[in-house]
Amino acid sequence: MDLQIFALLVQDGVTNGAVYALLALALVLVFAVTRVIWIPSGEIVAYGTLTLAGLQAGKSPGTVGLLAGMAVVAGSFEVYACLSRGEAHRMPRQLALWAGVPLAIAAASWWLATFELPFWAQILVTLALVTALGPLLYRIAYQPIAEASVLVLLIVSVGVHFALTGLGLWFFGAEGSRTPPFSAASFELHGVTVSVQSLLVVATSLALITALYLFFGRTLTGKALRATALNRTGARLVGISPDLAGALTFTLAALLCAFSGVLIGPITTVYYDSGFLVSLKGFVGAIIGGLVSYPLAAAGALFVGLIEAFASFWASGFKEVIVFTLIVPVLLWRSLTTTHHEEDE
Amino acid sequence: MESDAAVTALLEVRGLHVAYGKVEAVHDISLTVAPGTIVTVIGPNGAGKTTLLSAVMGFLPVQGDVRYLGAPAGALSVEQRVARGLILVPERRELFAAMSVADNLELGAFQRIRRGDRGWRDTLAEVYQRFPRLKERRDQLAGTLSGGERQMLAMGRALMGKPTLLMLDEPSLGLAPLIVREIFRIIADLRSTGVAILLVEQNARAALQVADYGYVLETGELALEGPSSELAANPRVAATYLGRGVAAAGS
Ligand SMILES: Nc1ncnc2c1ncn2[C@@H]1O[C@H](COP(=O)(O)OP(=O)(O)O)[C@@H](O)[C@H]1O
Ligand SMILES: [Mg+2]
Repeated sequence: MDLQIFALLVQDGVTNGAVYALLALALVLVFAVTRVIWIPSGEIVAYGTLTLAGLQAGKSPGTVGLLAGMAVVAGSFEVYACLSRGEAHRMPRQLALWAGVPLAIAAASWWLATFELPFWAQILVTLALVTALGPLLYRIAYQPIAEASVLVLLIVSVGVHFALTGLGLWFFGAEGSRTPPFSAASFELHGVTVSVQSLLVVATSLALITALYLFFGRTLTGKALRATALNRTGARLVGISPDLAGALTFTLAALLCAFSGVLIGPITTVYYDSGFLVSLKGFVGAIIGGLVSYPLAAAGALFVGLIEAFASFWASGFKEVIVFTLIVPVLLWRSLTTTHHEEDE
Repeated sequence: MESDAAVTALLEVRGLHVAYGKVEAVHDISLTVAPGTIVTVIGPNGAGKTTLLSAVMGFLPVQGDVRYLGAPAGALSVEQRVARGLILVPERRELFAAMSVADNLELGAFQRIRRGDRGWRDTLAEVYQRFPRLKERRDQLAGTLSGGERQMLAMGRALMGKPTLLMLDEPSLGLAPLIVREIFRIIADLRSTGVAILLVEQNARAALQVADYGYVLETGELALEGPSSELAANPRVAATYLGRGVAAAGS
């Protein structure tokens, strides 16, 4: 292997790793705040790519119908909750929030899709549509059982994963999609070809990670989510509602997944069921961080991206095998080095 | 007297039962806290004091009546109770260990800041004045504080929410005598701010000194109640909880 190929593989690895890092951060965030092991994250990534591809093809993407359907379900959940708690006066506000807002996003996207939008506007529509799925998913699948054990939440996650895969087939069809690169340009740096596309992907990931860092460190809402992750009882004692924290967390996580989907589109062909493998790679990264450390999770994801790139060069048929075999020593190492401690002060 | 108390009571608990599964930990308790007063519930370990406060805070399902600010509170969530100024400092403190002292205090005002209440910064200044140690350590992580400082932070965080009724669960638990004295001085001091306090303690002597009215809780039931001075003078209380008149304990 000469330097040129080595540099290309590193570039590929870092680009993929940057996308997995977003996913790994979403997984750590969701687990820390809600204790949900969010297996269906991959489906959200796939929805991101497929939504953008749909808009590219000049069609109204399947996400519009999916979002509208979920808004109706979440809205009826809220009606039931308000009635059973005898809080009928809260119904208009809750309905507006849980059904009105997502339906408005779906309608606006459906309408916008009839125009020939510039690429950046298509990306914005994609991000809005896919991010809106996050809180609805939490409201429908997880909030009703938020106090259940991690195992029960995991089983529900598996169920949601299969449901979303099936819905993906229904709404997007079976054919795969790839989106065009943001830029086809490249330049030479010390005799190595660097693609602008890769740089854009890495820069976007870094910008998002920086924004997240500021959000959690500086804003009251970000601090409230961290507080919920650190001590759920303490968070309730200062009046942070677990439902609100859960919905916000899933919104942020869905936004990260939507970005991943947009960024991964030009790299691989995505099918309705491609999400699972992608989310597993995010998981390997997240688990390297013990599902608690954000920087380690991001570093782990980068590592997964690099291993994947080199594995596909030397033994492309065994690429996935090599990546997932990696998890065995990582798990061993983590189980030997982490001391389990109770959530406490 | 009864009807008068019902009108002016801040917290009124009537016939409260709380169970963990099938095991009842609190049986048929009734108690009242009037605005601006300090009421204490004393009793030995395992009597059900923490259970009582958790139930009033809305963490546990209950049977019986809990009225707060004159309205039934049974259907309110914990967050809704916090919004109405019912705030608990729990036995385990429940701080955000990996966050700074300043962030813990800011989060104590979470609902007020979200409501757009600008007054929270004044409250922060008041809390720092009341607990100068917290001001010194404001950039330190809560998890690195000493036991006494953690109790101060827990109380400071609760005060940030502008409580109408502050419930303290064994604030002196596990603290050195000097710090216990300081904590009780602060509790007595809070009286001038007009906040009502429901103080749960095993340290009966200190609690009865600071409180206006007291209840004695034993194995989930109220054994005695009365103005603090009368309770302190009661031979049974003196013998069991104040460690006096051991010879008379048999009577
Ligand atoms: N989470 C729980 N599950 C089951 N039983 C409990 C639980 N918490 C407390 N108890 C029981 O309820 C009784 C009262 O406990 P508690 O309210 O903590 O007493 P205190 O605060 O007065 O020491 C005790 O017998 C205790 O064992
Ligand atoms: Mg207790």
